[in-house]
Amino acid sequence: MKYILQKLGLFVLTLWAAVTLNFILPRLMPGTPADAAIAKLSQNGPVTEATRKAIEAQLGIPKGNIFEQYVSYLHQVVTLDFGTSYTFYPQSVSQLVSGALPYTIILVGVVTILAFVIGTLIGVAAAWKRGTWMDALPTLSGSFMSTFPYFWTALLLLFFLGYVLHVFPTTGAYSATTTPAFTGAFAVDALYHAILPAITILVTSLGGWILGMRNAMINTLGDDYVTFAEANGLKSRTVAIRYAARNAILPNLTGFGLALGGVVGGSVLVEQVFGYPGIGYLLFNAVIGQDYPLMQALFLMITVSVLVANFLVDILYGVLDPRTRK
Amino acid sequence: MTSTQMLKLDDPAQQKQPGPLRTIGRMIRVIWSNNKAKLGMIILAIFLLVAIFAPLLAPYGAQTNTFERNADASPAHWLGTTAAGEDVLSQLIYGAQVSVLVGFVAGILATLVAVAVGLSWGYIRGFGADVIGFIVNLFLVIPALPLMIVIAAYLQNGGFGVIIAVIVVTGWAWGARVLRSQTQSLRGRDFVTAARFSGDRAGRIVFREILPNMTSLIVGSFFGAATSAILAEAGLEFLGLGDSSIVSWGTILYWAQNSNSLLTGQWVLLFAPGLCIALLAMSLTLINFGVDAVSNPRLREGKSK
Repeated sequence: MKYILQKLGLFVLTLWAAVTLNFILPRLMPGTPADAAIAKLSQNGPVTEATRKAIEAQLGIPKGNIFEQYVSYLHQVVTLDFGTSYTFYPQSVSQLVSGALPYTIILVGVVTILAFVIGTLIGVAAAWKRGTWMDALPTLSGSFMSTFPYFWTALLLLFFLGYVLHVFPTTGAYSATTTPAFTGAFAVDALYHAILPAITILVTSLGGWILGMRNAMINTLGDDYVTFAEANGLKSRTVAIRYAARNAILPNLTGFGLALGGVVGGSVLVEQVFGYPGIGYLLFNAVIGQDYPLMQALFLMITVSVLVANFLVDILYGVLDPRTRK
Repeated sequence: MTSTQMLKLDDPAQQKQPGPLRTIGRMIRVIWSNNKAKLGMIILAIFLLVAIFAPLLAPYGAQTNTFERNADASPAHWLGTTAAGEDVLSQLIYGAQVSVLVGFVAGILATLVAVAVGLSWGYIRGFGADVIGFIVNLFLVIPALPLMIVIAAYLQNGGFGVIIAVIVVTGWAWGARVLRSQTQSLRGRDFVTAARFSGDRAGRIVFREILPNMTSLIVGSFFGAATSAILAEAGLEFLGLGDSSIVSWGTILYWAQNSNSLLTGQWVLLFAPGLCIALLAMSLTLINFGVDAVSNPRLREGKSK
């Protein structure tokens, strides 16, 4: 119980720090959003005083001193009211975010779980058959694939399977002719559009899980209790799964928790390449359009979901590994 | 590590440790004995040579745009030309300079921060350590790419220096955590206790006694940081958030996507820069297999196992 309270306290503190960081970041930038918009306009010609006033009124000049701004920011965060988007006017930031969230969570979430399960299993096999081709093949190809830039894998798949062979659609999360609805036809269409982004994320994230599990397991394989279990004549599968892998998986669970939290952040690069309307693509559009309210809300949500996932993993870790509780 | 400790036991008067050059030489031998690391070092050396001798190797200037646009491969342009009429091969060769530079500069800076934070975090105890731990964990959990994108967006068009700064800010925390746990385990060793009893200041103990025993971990975290720096720079440039006036592998991909090379079928424009990024990043990862083997003999290959 003390362990949980301690972790909870730390979680609240980290949450506050992240929320505050999100408040400070935009204020580090030179000038205000209005200045940036005016600078962009002035490239096309002189900006009149009236235009300047209009832009400042539209984008909102921060009112009051920094402390008052902070209080009103905290109020925004608690009420989840992030105002109106600049680029997708007149939609509110909350509307945009809740529209994009399901796409990212389903696509990236499912693929993250798949990659973790498959990667861990391969890693166990590789460590157990160390020194054979069953180790060398996944280790080498895994470390090669994990250095592929995400967006490059995405571009290549898109080019060959989308543009050259016309096997998969080239953009979006569903066909322009269908509308999102809870029907079988839409589900099939959405699934069809999700395959290429899914393969990209799977291919590039699998390697990390394989290597992490393999290296952790090689260390546990050298431990005395594994040797002891082997000497007792236990079946090699029992030793591998119940003794070595069970202990080696602990550090990887932390990574898995963080990856699950990172799902919301999505894969900005992959979503951008495939024009997939998730959170990452929204963030990209917010940045390109200098849509500060949307950007701030998205970054906050991405950070908070990782923090929550991290907290849950900490709690789970305490249950699984009694040593961390003391 | 073992040999230095043995040396001390045999002859307590002899405080002198093997010179840094010999330590590095021994490390390179261990790394070279690992086949994966050997391959990585060869690939890295090729990229280094290409980056250094780019002006001699490139057939044309990186931004000479007087050629036919969107041309396919020909004897004059081995990889064709871009939509703006630049020679793709020359751009690739000059692009190596940017990636190598970003990898080394951002990698070294991130490692310096990681060493300073990680070692002091591991050595001091009490409230100070908790505060450092809190800050490191905050930087560890905040997703790096969104943070980089947001910072890059706020400091728009800040140029090359800003990209490096952004990468360093988001890239030091992992190394700090790894170095901290090793510091914690070393600070209980006898030679550290001996140094403390002989009245050495904390700074000297941390950087002269503990640090030399972690060389391979530091080198490992440098290669790790450099790899993610190269990938991060390419990603930011690809999104158009970097310095689009320079010629780098990321900007080649950015212009390729924005000039619809996917539609025109110029797949070389997509394939070549990405392959270079992947190969360079992979060479560093492969070298790290060898570096891991220096600190963890269980991971060694072949006779030295």
